Amino acid sequence: MDNNDRLDTSEIRNSKIRGVIKNVFLYVFLGLWALIVLFPFYFMIITSLKGFGAYNSERIPKLFVDNPTFENYVSAFTQVPLAGYFINTLIFTVVTTALMMFVIVLAAYAFARLNFKGKNVVFALFLSLMMIPNELVIITNFVTITNLGLRNTFTGLILPSVTSVFYIYLLKENFEQIPEELYKAAKVDGTSDLKYLLRVMIPISRPTIVTIIILKVIECWNSYVWPRLITDDQNYFLVSNGIQEIRENGFGRENIPAMMAAVVVISVPLIVLFLIFRNKIMEGVSRGGTKG
Amino acid sequence: MENDKTPKKSGKAFLSQFKGYIYLIPALAFLGVFMIYPLVDVLIYSFEEGYNFTSQTRLGVGLYNYSYVLHDTYFTQALKNTFIIVIITVPLSTGIALLISLGLNSIKPLKNAFQTIYFLPYVTNTLAVGLVFMILFKKTAYTDGMINLLINAFGGESVDFIDGPYWAKMMVMCIYTIWVVMPFKILILTSALASVNPVYYKAARVDGTSPFRIFYKITLPMISPMIFYLVITGFIGAFKAYSDEVALFGTDLNAAGMNTLVGYVYDMLYGNSGGYPSYASAAALILFAIVFTITIINLMLSEKTSITQ
Amino acid sequence: MKVVLENLTKKFPNRNKKIKDYVIAVNDFTFEIPDGKLIGLLGPSGCGKSTTLNLISGLEKPTSGKIYFGDVDVTELPPENRGVGLVFQSYALYPHLTVEQNIMFPLGNLKGSEKLTKQEMKEKALEAAKLVQIDGLMERKPSELSGGQQQRVAIARALVKMPKVLLLDEPLSNLDARLRLQTREEISRIQRETGITTIFVTHDQEEAMSISDMIVVMKDGVVHQIGKPQSVYDDPVNMFVAKFLGTPPINIFRGEVKNGRIYIGDEDVLNIAEPKKVKEGEVYVGVRPEGFILNDKGRFTCNLERVEVMGRDTSVVSKHDACENVTIRSIVSAENNIDTDAKTVKFDLKPNKVYLFNKETQDRIMF
Repeated sequence: MDNNDRLDTSEIRNSKIRGVIKNVFLYVFLGLWALIVLFPFYFMIITSLKGFGAYNSERIPKLFVDNPTFENYVSAFTQVPLAGYFINTLIFTVVTTALMMFVIVLAAYAFARLNFKGKNVVFALFLSLMMIPNELVIITNFVTITNLGLRNTFTGLILPSVTSVFYIYLLKENFEQIPEELYKAAKVDGTSDLKYLLRVMIPISRPTIVTIIILKVIECWNSYVWPRLITDDQNYFLVSNGIQEIRENGFGRENIPAMMAAVVVISVPLIVLFLIFRNKIMEGVSRGGTKG
Repeated sequence: MENDKTPKKSGKAFLSQFKGYIYLIPALAFLGVFMIYPLVDVLIYSFEEGYNFTSQTRLGVGLYNYSYVLHDTYFTQALKNTFIIVIITVPLSTGIALLISLGLNSIKPLKNAFQTIYFLPYVTNTLAVGLVFMILFKKTAYTDGMINLLINAFGGESVDFIDGPYWAKMMVMCIYTIWVVMPFKILILTSALASVNPVYYKAARVDGTSPFRIFYKITLPMISPMIFYLVITGFIGAFKAYSDEVALFGTDLNAAGMNTLVGYVYDMLYGNSGGYPSYASAAALILFAIVFTITIINLMLSEKTSITQ
Repeated sequence: MKVVLENLTKKFPNRNKKIKDYVIAVNDFTFEIPDGKLIGLLGPSGCGKSTTLNLISGLEKPTSGKIYFGDVDVTELPPENRGVGLVFQSYALYPHLTVEQNIMFPLGNLKGSEKLTKQEMKEKALEAAKLVQIDGLMERKPSELSGGQQQRVAIARALVKMPKVLLLDEPLSNLDARLRLQTREEISRIQRETGITTIFVTHDQEEAMSISDMIVVMKDGVVHQIGKPQSVYDDPVNMFVAKFLGTPPINIFRGEVKNGRIYIGDEDVLNIAEPKKVKEGEVYVGVRPEGFILNDKGRFTCNLERVEVMGRDTSVVSKHDACENVTIRSIVSAENNIDTDAKTVKFDLKPNKVYLFNKETQDRIMF
């Protein structure tokens, strides 16, 4: 450094050191939170690989595995009907999401592009329904489904979960951004409304539709309350209820490694989905998610 | 309302006025059966006294259900628990999320990795991970559990967080709730922070503004709408706490003394003490009233302090 | 406060990470800006002028070279310790603060003995607001102001802490044409009243020429010419500078120096006073629009396209095979009578408005 000035070079050096200290502190802080987030995942994985005996002999649980074993995964699928829970959840998720997409695409299209009498009134009604919490309507739905004799059926599980006013709203907003000229052009060419919806609007809105599908899949995969109310037959349990069942009556309350294996199996699909669609999911959640 | 002068077309034109409804039929059907009807029904239930689910009979109409619920010790316990969860977790999670987001926004290397990690709890099944938390905190005959070992390492006494004293259970509850709600808040706040035009920071730097003043005078006002959004959704979410509790303490929350308002509603409806849709309805409406009031207060506050762009 | 830039160089890593090479935004810039002057940094977009401004403000650190304010080396100083005022192209007014709060903002950063009371801050803010004539708008939010008013608030905010150097980044680019004219006079007036050394960046040569005491013409990170606006215009060092300054732009022709004369096509359009000094061969010939004299017996014949009447002047638009521009634009006095139906038009050229440039280097050839 040249010294042709009277400026305090030590001050400059100090500010550099302060910058380094700030960065170290920052990374330690962020790393700590990362550790808090990751530790439960790490713990469930290593515990799931420990033998029952090995786990119980560790008064101080070890953070690594001496003799990894997959027996817990075997028992997760043999001693409790984990595979059944899985298939149930898959059926529930796929059917619910598909039905919902059908319903909301049609509704969003009607609100976004078609002109009909009373549209504004109906839409205002829809919007006001967004404020209604699920807890309020679930009571009657429970009674309705019970009276229809649909407890412990997929129909009973799926039907009340099909509509989402919020997603109709989200999709409608997206549809409306598609220029009106395209619709007019299609009309001039003699395209029918339905064909226009399928050929033009849906492809253009694909990003939003994918976002909604992903959010709905996450919601379905993790849903607990409604399935718990409506099913008491293990054959219709979803994974959330399954894990609760395993915890209370499965393996025997003390077989924690086996429980952890089940937990890992249940967690993996969504985590894989997340790692694949990371950006889509995060973008979608910041636009439309409200968990928390 | 047929003002059309060509009668041939008018029939078709009249129909086309309502064509939109064809597309709305599925949505209207589902919403009608599973949302609008229940909404009316829940009100009726809540005023029907002595309704018996199996015989479908009732004794009369009145406010008895509300009175019963409000005098039920399980309900007051649930109310207290819910309020404690709300008051502790909403400010704490929002504050920590803000700190983390500020940190995230001022680093470059590893930023993506951290963001990915922080988001993981959002995509995990709360019931499943709650089980892991339970095991980490639980004190059993075999082991004191990971957390107690950590406490011991710092010279503390072991506590049974799952079956032990009330404050210990509440602490785990709040920690787990914060762990679960954090991803959403971090995500929203990081994108809010990133959307502040960097030119403001440059301008402030040229003027020699201290980092604290930049945060307090520029960053905070600019992201305040998002913070209010998070506080509002946080309140609503925390008031509806339920499955996290089940994950930690099992389905019989009343026995554990850890029930929440939503849990109370479900237990009244179905569960060990279930079969009383009237009580459940009354409790659900009380919950709705509380959430609604608090949301309105929040909105009014945010209006007052909001910035005009 | 004089500002000295010494061999200032700034390199950025290439945006495309695969390319290891650096992008040189500013290359070896040396210049002494005299105290109390208004300097225009001029160049096409991407020429490094904004980077130069950021280097002077301290928002960016140079790769090499030094910056002095007066005799003090400020190269390593953070922006807040340099005492600069910076007006951003987008103004960067804080949207949630009123005009007054915006102007007072820099004063709130002062610490220790410099700390001001609220009352003192308000007085200083009012003083600055009066200087830019927005003292009637103090309670408004930036969103309630017009573009020109926002610009004034931004200038007031930069001036309120009495900076040693005022920096303006494209100060007029966000204003409409009428406001631009008004604001540039305003900037010139404020600068004269405060006497603060002011550097502003622009891509608009007219803007730079009209108010600057000196202009710096840059391209691709390299300073091409520094000087008083008129002398840079009259004496460009190379073809880039000649082309960049002046509206309508200079007309460039492919020409040749032969027998002590300048040829465009077959016509020898101008004699060279001292033929021995100029090497014979192909050159570019630049002629300013005002360098043409209408003359029926003129030595330079062009194909007449049209005549545009502009009131005071007349613009003659013509074509020539050797011309590099699409059309030749010449400005002549409106008193000339031009036969608009004629096929051709003949000119003589004013020697001091004709420049020769080297065919390869495009550097000026004096004659």
